[in-house]
Amino acid sequence: MQFGVFTVGDVTQDPTTGRVPTDAERVQSMVAIALKAEEVGLDVFALGEHHNPPFVTSSPTTMLGWIAAKTSTLQLSTATTLITTNDPVKIAEDYAMLQHLADGRVDLMMGRGNTGPVYPWFGQDIRNGIALAVENYALLRRLWREDVVDWEGNFRTPLQGFTATPRPLDGVPPFVWHGSIRSPEIAEQAAYYGDGFFHNHIFWPKEHTARMVELYRRRFEHYGHGAADQAIVGLGGQVFMRKNSQDAKREFRPYFDNAPVYGHGPSMEDFTEQTPLTVGSPQEVIDRTLGFRSYVGDYQRQLFLLDHAGLPLKTVLEQLDILGEEVVPVLRKEFAIGRPAHVPDAPTHASLLEKVAVDA
Amino acid sequence: MKLAVISAGLSQPSSTRLLADRLAAATRAALPAVESRVFELRDHAHEITDHLLTGFPAGGLPDVLDAVATADGLIAVTPIFNASYSGLFKSFFDVLGDDALRDKPVLLGATGGTARHSLALEHALRPMFTYLHAVVTPTSVFAATEDWAAGGDITLPGRIHRAGAELARLLESRPPAAAPDPFALTTTFESMLAGEGIRSF
Repeated sequence: MQFGVFTVGDVTQDPTTGRVPTDAERVQSMVAIALKAEEVGLDVFALGEHHNPPFVTSSPTTMLGWIAAKTSTLQLSTATTLITTNDPVKIAEDYAMLQHLADGRVDLMMGRGNTGPVYPWFGQDIRNGIALAVENYALLRRLWREDVVDWEGNFRTPLQGFTATPRPLDGVPPFVWHGSIRSPEIAEQAAYYGDGFFHNHIFWPKEHTARMVELYRRRFEHYGHGAADQAIVGLGGQVFMRKNSQDAKREFRPYFDNAPVYGHGPSMEDFTEQTPLTVGSPQEVIDRTLGFRSYVGDYQRQLFLLDHAGLPLKTVLEQLDILGEEVVPVLRKEFAIGRPAHVPDAPTHASLLEKVAVDA
Repeated sequence: MKLAVISAGLSQPSSTRLLADRLAAATRAALPAVESRVFELRDHAHEITDHLLTGFPAGGLPDVLDAVATADGLIAVTPIFNASYSGLFKSFFDVLGDDALRDKPVLLGATGGTARHSLALEHALRPMFTYLHAVVTPTSVFAATEDWAAGGDITLPGRIHRAGAELARLLESRPPAAAPDPFALTTTFESMLAGEGIRSF
């Protein structure tokens, strides 16, 4: 099972000091978090994509390429890549290039994006979100799998005799996850292709996650990719930890109370109960995270959101130390217990390459 | 047959709740098979605000939203504030799921200090429920303070009786409500791939 962190790259005021990081500081903090993730033994760093303030993650492959050069084991991913408003041709090119530079340590998570104006800024209509996700991804797959593509669709200029370069590393396209909170069409899309399905999980009641994962697993089996419990599932999680539970709650509370997503709404205690947010001791985080399995089954990837709501970099790096030293080693051991042998790990370049060799 | 009754009254006791109860009783009198459940939005005011902020219902609110979505009919009553429905009333219908009121018989009621507010039912409430694709009874009932003691030809009890009978007739004429499941897959992937579902510009 893979463990990692994901970030949306929001520039948010620290409510305890009033300080707002500069764009430069925020960009540097994200790469520091990625390097730290590898250092403390995590497997995955996933980067969001946004094209509006307060986010600074408009150019994911530039950042991931830099991180690739500075790391050696970290799997680089996205959370998410906008399959609706990006040109699928550019996604094919950018991520194939990244795949070569990172020696195959690349996968992607497709998402639609929920910021209305981003669609018209990029020449699209948010009401076509699902249709764009379906058509663009179908083209992206062909661009990675067919050397020469003739294509015509509804949303971009037709292609005649087009070859996306560089070709994928070893002829194996990056593995793709599809992320969606409550659109059954996207769970269906992931199942249709036998791709992974990632549920953001955080900020939402677990019932959403359970329903979407159940649908994806059922349809994955329907389309003949394996048994339902062999489908590739990833989950988000949000935690804040200190040695003593009460210290964690006291320190995180002002960040919770003013957070962009849930601030000024429910109490931290209510929200912790209603969603997977866990604020407490490392042991509480371990117990809560192990509980996710009870409603999604054995799964493949767990990503944590740590750098949210204006938390300073120093604090986030301390959180990574706790995660790497005290939490993830226990999670690895405990999640392995009772996990059926036929449940696969998340695909990597190496495992996909091996599969191609076996199939051939 | 299930009837959900929503009262957005704030005071305790509330004349809005009183009107809601009278409208429900008039509907049951015309159609004894009706079982009604009454919800006071005041009891869920924090949860409604939290839902606006977080995007999901919590606490007791999911039960209320579900009761409205699965009901065969709805009675919705609000005090009139500033010539329109109250903010709490509007917020509740803002967090109610898409299509929850589609094709659902609805009886509207409102209360206010004077009869000068009565047309708020027609220029504020009725358009919102039409937008939500509800089937609104021809008669909606406004109760001003003075109505609770008035006699004459068109008394408040007479209007309540007429509106309740209209809702009962609508309930009788329609098939049982089927609440939409937001997680249900309603199309095949093949049809999505074929480009169906694209909006025409």
